[in-house]
Amino acid sequence: MEWETVIGLEIHAQLSTNSKLFSGSSTEYGQEPNTQANIVDLAMPGVLPVLNTEAVRMAAMFGLAIGAPIGRGNVFARKNYFYPDLPQGYQISQFDKPIVELGHMDITLENGETKRIGVTRAHLEQDAGKSLHEDFAGMTGIDLNRSGTPLLEIVSEPDMSSAKEAVAYMKKIHELVQYLGINDGNLAEGSFRCDANVSVRPKGQKELGTRAELKNINSFKFVERAINIEIERQIDIIEDGGAVVQETRLYDPDKNETRSMRSKEEANDYRYFPCPDLLPIEITDEFLTAVKAILPELPAAKFERFMNEYDLSDYDAGVLTASRETADYFESVAKACGEPKLTANWVTGELSSHLNNDSLEITDSPVNAEMLTGLIKRIADKTISGKIAKEVFQALWAGEGSKDESAADKVIESKGLKQITDSGAIEALIDEIMANNEGQVEQYRSGKEKVFGFFVGQVMKASQGKANPAQVNELLKKKLS
Amino acid sequence: MITKSLTELSTSLKAGDFSSVELTQFYLDRIAKYDGELNSFITVTEEQALAGAKAADEQIAAGTAGALTGIPMAHKDLFCTDGVRTSCASKMLGNFIAPYNATVVEKLNAAGMPMLGKTNMDEFAMGSSNENSYYGAVKNPWDLERVPGGSSGGSAVAVAARLAPVATGTDTGGSIRQPASLTGITGIKPTYGRVSRFGMIAYASSLDQGGIFGTSASDCAMVLETMSGFDPKDSTSVERDVPNMSASLNDSIKGLKIGLPKEFFGEGLDSSVAEVVNDAIEEYKKLGAEIVEISLPNTHLAIPSYYVIAPAEASSNLSRFDGVRYGYRCEAPVDLTDMYMRSRGEGFGTEVKRRIMTGTYALSAGYYDAYYLKAQKIRRLISDDFKKAFEKVDVIMGPVAPETAFKLGEKTDDPISMYLADIYTLSLNLAGLTGMSVPAGFSKNNKMPVGLQIIGNYFEEAKLLNVAHQYQQVTDWHKQAPSAYTGGE
Repeated sequence: MEWETVIGLEIHAQLSTNSKLFSGSSTEYGQEPNTQANIVDLAMPGVLPVLNTEAVRMAAMFGLAIGAPIGRGNVFARKNYFYPDLPQGYQISQFDKPIVELGHMDITLENGETKRIGVTRAHLEQDAGKSLHEDFAGMTGIDLNRSGTPLLEIVSEPDMSSAKEAVAYMKKIHELVQYLGINDGNLAEGSFRCDANVSVRPKGQKELGTRAELKNINSFKFVERAINIEIERQIDIIEDGGAVVQETRLYDPDKNETRSMRSKEEANDYRYFPCPDLLPIEITDEFLTAVKAILPELPAAKFERFMNEYDLSDYDAGVLTASRETADYFESVAKACGEPKLTANWVTGELSSHLNNDSLEITDSPVNAEMLTGLIKRIADKTISGKIAKEVFQALWAGEGSKDESAADKVIESKGLKQITDSGAIEALIDEIMANNEGQVEQYRSGKEKVFGFFVGQVMKASQGKANPAQVNELLKKKLS
Repeated sequence: MITKSLTELSTSLKAGDFSSVELTQFYLDRIAKYDGELNSFITVTEEQALAGAKAADEQIAAGTAGALTGIPMAHKDLFCTDGVRTSCASKMLGNFIAPYNATVVEKLNAAGMPMLGKTNMDEFAMGSSNENSYYGAVKNPWDLERVPGGSSGGSAVAVAARLAPVATGTDTGGSIRQPASLTGITGIKPTYGRVSRFGMIAYASSLDQGGIFGTSASDCAMVLETMSGFDPKDSTSVERDVPNMSASLNDSIKGLKIGLPKEFFGEGLDSSVAEVVNDAIEEYKKLGAEIVEISLPNTHLAIPSYYVIAPAEASSNLSRFDGVRYGYRCEAPVDLTDMYMRSRGEGFGTEVKRRIMTGTYALSAGYYDAYYLKAQKIRRLISDDFKKAFEKVDVIMGPVAPETAFKLGEKTDDPISMYLADIYTLSLNLAGLTGMSVPAGFSKNNKMPVGLQIIGNYFEEAKLLNVAHQYQQVTDWHKQAPSAYTGGE
């Protein structure tokens, strides 16, 4: 039988606010346990939540970016359950009135086609604290630093039909939230994590199969693996005549398997009801206008613009808009030097391979945008050849020159790398090489044009690479003929 | 001393007739002498009280004292008080020392009012008789065999027996007005949002409101105007100017339109209570008020609606008492579930558990629409009733409770009949309006005090206090005190 997979994702993106969703405590990661939990985060008797409007602004940015209506009069609700790292005994979340309503996200499939994935909703909620089971024999430690940190839960429609599509969607959301500056994109620290709802059904069947929810997966690689292994598991069960149970499962990356956490029967009744401590959030037209004004150019729009404005290939435009920082870097160099094509080649080529080798982010590049601008200007005005430029770049990467546009010039000057464009000087070199290689001159003249390359190489070598290659070509042709 | 108004006390303090330390010690002595049998205090904070009084005396000496500086008071034991046990009359919080001050406490501290102690109450403010306290029932000073009402029974009794000049309370369904009525003092529940709830241990968040007990409307006005105001820490407090409530006390009420809802005078109202209320209304007529008969047709739905909404919110609000971070934890739990079940099972009293169960049920999947949502719809209908009424009248009057203080133990086995004690008070909490109880006389049957309820439109506390004060200018019911505790003075 042929099977069809149906996948929906719930992504939890931690919003990059300075303070928590309902208290003034810092959200900084990695601090000493319980140093970032005030009386509100500890749910002391009598305390009350006060909404961090910055989180609302960020959620609204996300909504606008996915073309969704921003909930007017959206309401916070309490999701009630007991857990030691949930101090209130309820999570303040949103239930039937989320801040972001139906939107969408386009992904590119492997065959190059575009598929539109529906984003059902996105809502604001508090994160819980952490239970620490190690280090306390027979007991559990509670760290409430994360308690109350704002999350945007982004829920997709069950529109994805393979693990690859799910990852493509997750990456697009990941890219978007970072573009918007509302999430730090750090999967390892749990700032961006995902639950996947997976079900299978015979191809062509209309109704959905029973789904399993894979909880808390925090890498793209694991999402793909977990979904694939879960699809296999479900198909095996059905083909063996069994039935998939609706349950929550956990992916174990070490064993590459999913295992049951709890079944539907054991699932909590969360007893959602509107939180009486908070008023409905009023989203005014003025507020939305202000959010629109600060909305950065989005990846898709930037991609289109880069292709049109800078005449880039869709590959280059894709690479350069994959992150906002890369796009900003490219654009600042391209504008300053007036050579977008050359800039694109350098950013996607030399710069990105150096960054990869040293595992650096573009924002930490030793060669900043001004330095690269200076370098590209010298290639464009033929002060140096492309080959010499790589040597200069290497020097800049190693910290030579200065941190501004004059850096390349300083390196060219100090290393004497300036291109030779004096025809007389080049002719002198050619004459000498021709005199020393009469045999090859003969060969060329008798029709063996392949040896032309030999002469180019010799001239470049003699000039230590500094002779202008175009001029070398032109003069060689003249002299050899 | 105990017959002086706050204004008179303030004048005496500033004139140097006595110091705040002397005044505070005077009340501490009275508490020591009388509270053994009344049980109105859970914690007496003698040290803090005298330290506060000393600081107040310094302010008085320096000429920087305000109107309330140096006048001692008491707080209901659900207002968090920094460094002082805040128990909510529950075993659950019997060991809980609050690490911060409620906004109300902060404001009254700042006004220079020394805190005498924390008053007894029904556990987590759930009750109408003050019998649901882990620290024992509070006795009515007019008759020790009778209840003082609840849930703010300790504060009401402290003021009624003149153990404190004023005391804070909270009112979720009548918890200020009903004990004020049953103990013969003045108490006001402000409009929802007028007084900050920050630091008030939540029972039902959408209904809870802090207020004040005093022996007169003018005393209440002085404290209430200090307690009130927007608090950035409470998102449900309202950004609205607080008027000088004392300034309008003497405004004439000639032409005042008083609405009498027929639903408040029907079946179930004790005739001796009705008589007192009617006499009070006659008095208002003499003062030039005009009486308008009105109807609040959904009044009968207030009790069922309240007993869905309040427990629903409570079931969630009380989830934080889990034995994990503070409060009571059972001995030697074997695992997490055992710790939750026994800590909560042993830490909460019967009525609290009853309401948590009711509320949990009402919010459960499959029942939510039938209970919680329907109750919210009724709540809107009740608000609309009042809205219509206030198009025709300035204030609404009626009884506070259907009968006078009942005997201790009389209703403890019958929660429904206990819930009926709040029949005239609940609807106003559901609507979020302001209301007060003013002493209007005594039942001819049992000589127990009876209060007149005055209900005002949103944020019309000043108007209510003015209406009450005018009545207290021509009557002396509010000056009558239980002689066993005030006879010799």
